[in-house]
Amino acid sequence: MLKIENLHARVEEKEILKGINLEVKPGEVHAIMGPNGSGKSTLASVIAGREDFEVTEGSISLSGEDLGDLDPEERAHAGVFLSFQYPVEIPGVTVTNFIKAAINESRKAKGLEDMPANEMLSKIREKSSLLEIDRKFLSRSLNEGFSGGEKKRNEIFQMAMLEPKLAILDETDSGLDIDALRIVANGVNKLRSKDNAIVVITHYQRLLDHIVPDHVHVLYNGKIVKSGTKELAFELEEKGYDWIKAENE
Amino acid sequence: MDLNEKLLSSFIAFEDKVNVNDEVHEIRTAALKRFEQQGFPTKKLEAWKYTSLQTLLKKDFSIFPGSKSALEYPAVRQYFLHETETFKIVFVDGHYSSFLSETTHDGVDVCLFSAAIEKPKYKHIVDKYFNKVADQKDALTNLNTAFANEGAYIFIPKSKAPVKPIEIIHFATGATPQILLQPRNLIVVEENAEVQIIERHQSLGGVEAFTNAVTEIFAHKNARVDYYKFQNDTMDASIVDNTFIEQHDSSEVSVHTFSLGGALVRNNLNFYQRGSHINSIMKGVTMGSERQHIDHYTLVHHTEPDCESHQDYKGIYDGRSVGVFNGKIIVDKIAQKTNAFQQNNNLLISDTATVNTKPQLEIFADDVRCSHGCTIGQLDDDALFYLQSRGIPKKEASALLMYAFANNVLESVKNAALSKRVKDMIAEKLGVKIGFEL
Repeated sequence: MLKIENLHARVEEKEILKGINLEVKPGEVHAIMGPNGSGKSTLASVIAGREDFEVTEGSISLSGEDLGDLDPEERAHAGVFLSFQYPVEIPGVTVTNFIKAAINESRKAKGLEDMPANEMLSKIREKSSLLEIDRKFLSRSLNEGFSGGEKKRNEIFQMAMLEPKLAILDETDSGLDIDALRIVANGVNKLRSKDNAIVVITHYQRLLDHIVPDHVHVLYNGKIVKSGTKELAFELEEKGYDWIKAENE
Repeated sequence: MDLNEKLLSSFIAFEDKVNVNDEVHEIRTAALKRFEQQGFPTKKLEAWKYTSLQTLLKKDFSIFPGSKSALEYPAVRQYFLHETETFKIVFVDGHYSSFLSETTHDGVDVCLFSAAIEKPKYKHIVDKYFNKVADQKDALTNLNTAFANEGAYIFIPKSKAPVKPIEIIHFATGATPQILLQPRNLIVVEENAEVQIIERHQSLGGVEAFTNAVTEIFAHKNARVDYYKFQNDTMDASIVDNTFIEQHDSSEVSVHTFSLGGALVRNNLNFYQRGSHINSIMKGVTMGSERQHIDHYTLVHHTEPDCESHQDYKGIYDGRSVGVFNGKIIVDKIAQKTNAFQQNNNLLISDTATVNTKPQLEIFADDVRCSHGCTIGQLDDDALFYLQSRGIPKKEASALLMYAFANNVLESVKNAALSKRVKDMIAEKLGVKIGFEL
């Protein structure tokens, strides 16, 4: 489904990704771990199409479609979803209106009519209950004054509404207490299917207790230096990242 | 002949058409004298530092528009808020159009200034209010006063309210290609009375209209006035709008100004508080593009204790447009416990747009709450990427962020039809269709 080959990317003059290779098949969950500053969030942003980063070499494709020349919104229409580490606060736009705009813009891009209001409403009801989100929350301004947990739940709610092929969860566990973590992880697990794939980017192993990965990769200094099964995550949790650094200096 | 000379010499011709033997005409001639001494404002004046009329004044404006050109309702339907649910005072090239208007004398007077100054039964009202709050020191106001003859006359007696909002619309048809229009509105709202007014100036086709409008509003004890100015004219039209508001005890007057169109737009909005527990509200959404020049000059004079004023202006400037906001607040020594709030936030969309913002506070009382803030920024890249990553294209995402930026002002529009109209106008200006109601 997702195929990344020899991906190099830089911001201004600084090269951050130095040749990433990754293949994620439908139905799989991959975890990308690594110390701070290794390039994890950059990888997420580059897949989603953030313009601040320049791809200098290599390619990214989704279900055979090259994403290289696509704008962020076109990647979203192709089925990419990024759950932000720091979701942006947008005062004056409610959660509901935002999600309606997102869904209808995606439909428009596919030549479909706007989603009928009753269908939208029942879908919002269904998905918000999945994430234990109450009604009042939906009429608040997007992320404005939300707690860390509320922001992340809202991200996964959007994922549930948009039903992407590929979801990238960037540090979704950061800022979550144990209850919020459980709600978010349950939500993600219920959204897993044989047709979609999830890439979990995390510094710690704790989220992986709840969202169990098929593959774990270690990103260090812009490259994937180690890949393995979920046991690799336990090993990292126990031993830290120093041995990875030592092996790669 | 330059415009100044042309105006002075045409005053004699003007006198052939109006009653020269009444007090109104005495006021006109005195105003003309003052204008003669002052001349048009130039950038040398502090109040006109950022706005020049020079290019505009070089045009060969006709001062007395020719014979009436007929306008059919279907051709101008889109400029009205509602076909039946509003009273309408409509002018075409400066002439009253009875065909497009719907006036009333049922408990309230919603009619013409020209009729009010002619009919004996309105004489005491006209004598009491005409040119009584307008600034005698302002040249363009004096010029308007000198030629004051036509406009809206609205009188809402004690404890009355018209059954529906009032639209005042001025069309310029292009029958005269360069036209100077000087409408004069007089609005008196007595004790406990209420009114909602929507004003619009609209050029049709490529007519270069220059409107120099004056509106005087008197709000008595406990009166409520909601005034909405829709400025969405063509890029060939310009306006200087001079609005003067006198407020008495416990009255509340709000003026919303939506400035989206027009080549040069200057709004002089003046509030004079003459009592206590008064609330004066000024709100604006401005969207400049191309080479538009849009200038808001506000004044609030707090002269009695326990009053409030609230100003909130949002400006969004694209292309090579220029925005100006100058907000002057005067708090007299006696006006203790004044609460004056002023906010001006601006977004620059292009590298070539400019905005000048200047708060001007003159506070002589010592127990007051006055706050002001102005910001100039750009669309947030993080927010744009966030919206795009959810499938909202860049153009729509930018529009959404601009709506959100202006939302505080949009939310304070009380009438739902008006609110929708304003949002539609903004969407049209941005060239987008966003698939939901904000």
